[in-house]
Amino acid sequence: MNTPVAEDIRPFNHTGFYQYLAERRLMAARCATCGEINLPPRALCPRCFGTNMEWIELSGEGQLEGFTLIHVGLPAMAAEGYNRQNPYCSGVVRLAEGPAVAAQIVGEDGAIPTTIEVGMPLRVVFFEIGKAENRSIALVFKP
Amino acid sequence: MPRHKLGRGVAVAGAGMSRFGLFPGQSGRDLFVEAFNAMRQSVDRGLDPRQIDAIYVGNFNSELFENQGQLAPILADWTGLLPRPATRVEDACASGGVALRQGILAIASGAYDIVLVGGVEKMSGLSIERVTDVLSTAADVLYETPAGFTFPGFYAAIATAYMTRYQATTEMLMDVTIKNHQNGAYNEKAQFQMTIRQVMEKAREQAAAKGLPAPGWKNEYDFLSDPRANPPIAAPLCLYDCSPISDGAAAVLLVAENLAKAFSSVPLYVIGSGQASDGAFYSRPDLVSLRSARAAAWEAYEMAGVGPRDIKMAEVHDCFTIAEIIASEDLGFFEPGTGVKAAQDGMTARDGRVPLNTSGGLKAKGHPVGASGVGQVVEVWKQMRAEAGGRQVSRDVNLALTHNVGGTGQTSAVHIFERR
Repeated sequence: MNTPVAEDIRPFNHTGFYQYLAERRLMAARCATCGEINLPPRALCPRCFGTNMEWIELSGEGQLEGFTLIHVGLPAMAAEGYNRQNPYCSGVVRLAEGPAVAAQIVGEDGAIPTTIEVGMPLRVVFFEIGKAENRSIALVFKP
Repeated sequence: MPRHKLGRGVAVAGAGMSRFGLFPGQSGRDLFVEAFNAMRQSVDRGLDPRQIDAIYVGNFNSELFENQGQLAPILADWTGLLPRPATRVEDACASGGVALRQGILAIASGAYDIVLVGGVEKMSGLSIERVTDVLSTAADVLYETPAGFTFPGFYAAIATAYMTRYQATTEMLMDVTIKNHQNGAYNEKAQFQMTIRQVMEKAREQAAAKGLPAPGWKNEYDFLSDPRANPPIAAPLCLYDCSPISDGAAAVLLVAENLAKAFSSVPLYVIGSGQASDGAFYSRPDLVSLRSARAAAWEAYEMAGVGPRDIKMAEVHDCFTIAEIIASEDLGFFEPGTGVKAAQDGMTARDGRVPLNTSGGLKAKGHPVGASGVGQVVEVWKQMRAEAGGRQVSRDVNLALTHNVGGTGQTSAVHIFERR
């Protein structure tokens, strides 16, 4: 069986979230009962305990709440070529729709941004990472 | 009436710890035995270990650090306590504080009279990169780890948010490092028993011994501003903003209040206990305060019937310098945004209004993560009984607090102790 997953039955979890991300879409789960936008998507709404979710696409516009230039990084980031001399930037981005996400922040050509400050506007870019068959799309923001 | 209260009173009748540091050739269980023996020696009227009813032990990740699961019964065995029930508690870096709370609740429930609470972590068997990776499993691995966040990175993001909102600078954080190393210099169990000035002079001597030009540091701030001496780990946080990788263990003896004087001539009474949970770092409405710490503190204060102004000293979770600043605000010692100024003005020093981390804190004493929350009680035990030697707080400490945080505040545990 190789039936494509119908949009309305994608699971409201990381599998559904990252499936959409691979298609360069930033999607959240909206609770059909109370309207809460749940990002990451969840099957149970923590606000009203409702279990009736629907996918919505987010604008990808946001604002930087906090950030860091990581010099001693995770092994997966070291594999991408980052190190003490070549740090990467991670941050928390508050999206226009309300929820916030953790994401890598890049400037031009994937380098760290030349200027970065709390409160600056950012927009989503979908960034290819990994080598060969492990290639995937990461959630990344840029000014 | 407080919403939560203990079913019966609980007292601390003994507390001790292993040395914290890097101990190749010693396993977690060895360190736990060292802590157990130190605890036993602290029991004024003696403890026959066979009197212990149960064991609760905080440990974050013996599976990944030591490839050892089901640690609790091993610790019971190595301390001669078989077949007592032994339970391992895991809430990342708050494992020790939560194990303490479980021990308290077990006695308060009436199920047990005498409980051993421990904490242990053996971290140094892995490389720094692997330790960073293991610690990052306390984050949300589905949505935070893919963004590259490390634990220094999370707290660095808190620092940028804090500094922007309150016009603070990284130099202001240096006062936390300098103070905690000054305290650690007086703690014979600490990983770093050196002031930052001593660290600086040693680095100068080492440069001279290698025939290198003498570094021109004028003072500690100058030294800490030099990226060769204090390299960035997750900017704006540098090496000396971060607690170290450590091995160590701590142990506390809890007894029902009516038994306290049978074991100890100066027991400490647990008058407040609070614990709270929060979502992942990105999910919070505000980055510059830990909601779980505020909720846990509120619960503990309410149970104890005391407020922040009553607390004579506190051991707080300074896994990073900025963490001590926001802890001092979350616990109500200082208003939001004023913690950094309070630290600069010496209000958290040993002779200040509310001494914080007289042990050296996680920064200088060391941070074997599962042991840290229990190690905090060891310092409170010493300070409240006037046994802290060169780092003894000058005024009488009859009321003290411990604040233990897991992850970036997914868990917080706060306890308040009274000496009557």
